[in-house]
Amino acid sequence: MSEEKPKKDGQDKWEPRIIAFLCNWCSYAGADLAGMSRFGYPAPIRVIKVPCSGRVDPLFVLRSFEQGADMVLVSGCHPGDCHYTSGNYHARRKLLAFRELLTFLGIDPRRFKISWVSAAEGGKWSSLVAEVTEEARALGPYKEFPRSVSEGVSDEG
Amino acid sequence: MKADGPATDALRKEAADLLSRGDVGVVIGYGRQDDADLAAPVFARNAEDADRLVFDDHCLGNLAVYLPRSEIRAMGRAGVVVKGCDLMAVNVLLRENVIKREDVVLIGTHCAGVGEPQLEKCSTCDVHSPEGCDVVVGEPVDQPKVDEEQRYKAAAEIDAMSVEERWDFWRSQFDKCIRCYACRQVCPLCYCKRCIVEKNIPQWVATSAHLRGSIAWNVVRAFHLTGRCVGCGECERVCPVGIPLGAINQKMSRHVGDSYGFHSGLSADQEAPFTVWSPDDSDEGIL
Repeated sequence: MSEEKPKKDGQDKWEPRIIAFLCNWCSYAGADLAGMSRFGYPAPIRVIKVPCSGRVDPLFVLRSFEQGADMVLVSGCHPGDCHYTSGNYHARRKLLAFRELLTFLGIDPRRFKISWVSAAEGGKWSSLVAEVTEEARALGPYKEFPRSVSEGVSDEG
Repeated sequence: MKADGPATDALRKEAADLLSRGDVGVVIGYGRQDDADLAAPVFARNAEDADRLVFDDHCLGNLAVYLPRSEIRAMGRAGVVVKGCDLMAVNVLLRENVIKREDVVLIGTHCAGVGEPQLEKCSTCDVHSPEGCDVVVGEPVDQPKVDEEQRYKAAAEIDAMSVEERWDFWRSQFDKCIRCYACRQVCPLCYCKRCIVEKNIPQWVATSAHLRGSIAWNVVRAFHLTGRCVGCGECERVCPVGIPLGAINQKMSRHVGDSYGFHSGLSADQEAPFTVWSPDDSDEGIL
């Protein structure tokens, strides 16, 4: 999708692609608040709104890596604040186990982030994105993950 | 253990009784053809068939895999021969309401371990004598104390590597995968009528035998069994290219054990770790 385009002057620096799955009720609203409050945050993050952090299937994360993500973030309501009462509690068990599995398989756990950001935490969202973007830049492109079905005849150019 | 030993005699008698009384429509057990190394499944439909049943240390397979199948259900109540390890899978099927207890007759077998050489899993088995069966055949076996570390040995060896080494290891393993899905077919807990890899709108997992899809498949398989897998080891045993799937299952079993005190298959009344939650669950690693 967002394959390498001709670089404009002054934009030749590599930037990571970070896919963020934000729950509709807290984290998305938190990111919205950051915008409304004019808290800046780095642009490499691509936000995908989901109904609840419990909606995030581990396949979403894998698929993101396959499609070229260098980091994936899942963010939901703080424990106790879930709009659906328990979605984030289920997400917590599932996603932490999933990270455990990724780590075991040698998929760098630093590339899979989980966070709780409430609708009132525009500031937290802003600083969180700055922090993870910095980390993603330091980690560099996630070249190890096989992104094309015909690796070696790569479609990545 | 010999094929013509007392366990086989008791098993044949029990199966013949069940079938002739009409208590069951089929008894799923093991049979031997000549000197084959592996006991093949036998589906005994009447008392004469029951003479084909055997139980010895060549009975490796987990016959619980047949219980959810519609063609078996169509035969009526099913009797099934289960070792202690197989019974754990039956417990999960019961817990997940896939089968009903009254629809199965469990013929347990005391088992000192199977395979020549003996399977790795048998050295850490703590269910040599199945509990909760309708009938148990064979000679009772002493239950040795199992070393917990030994139980997770294969996973611990891989855990000792660095992330980069693990990636190189699993990359080369998954690269061998031919996507035959034997691991899925043989797993008693992979009973979905339509597997995620067969869904193609959208296609979540690439179907060709390529590393990208093979990673996705093996991750999905492992994750769908997290908190459910009972460690019967059939997936690894049948894998034609020898991917050490048991190590992944061990790792995830250990995770749910350490984090939630959960050990799958010990009873049919457990609550699986992903169906319940606690406000006190760990927040470690969450930003």
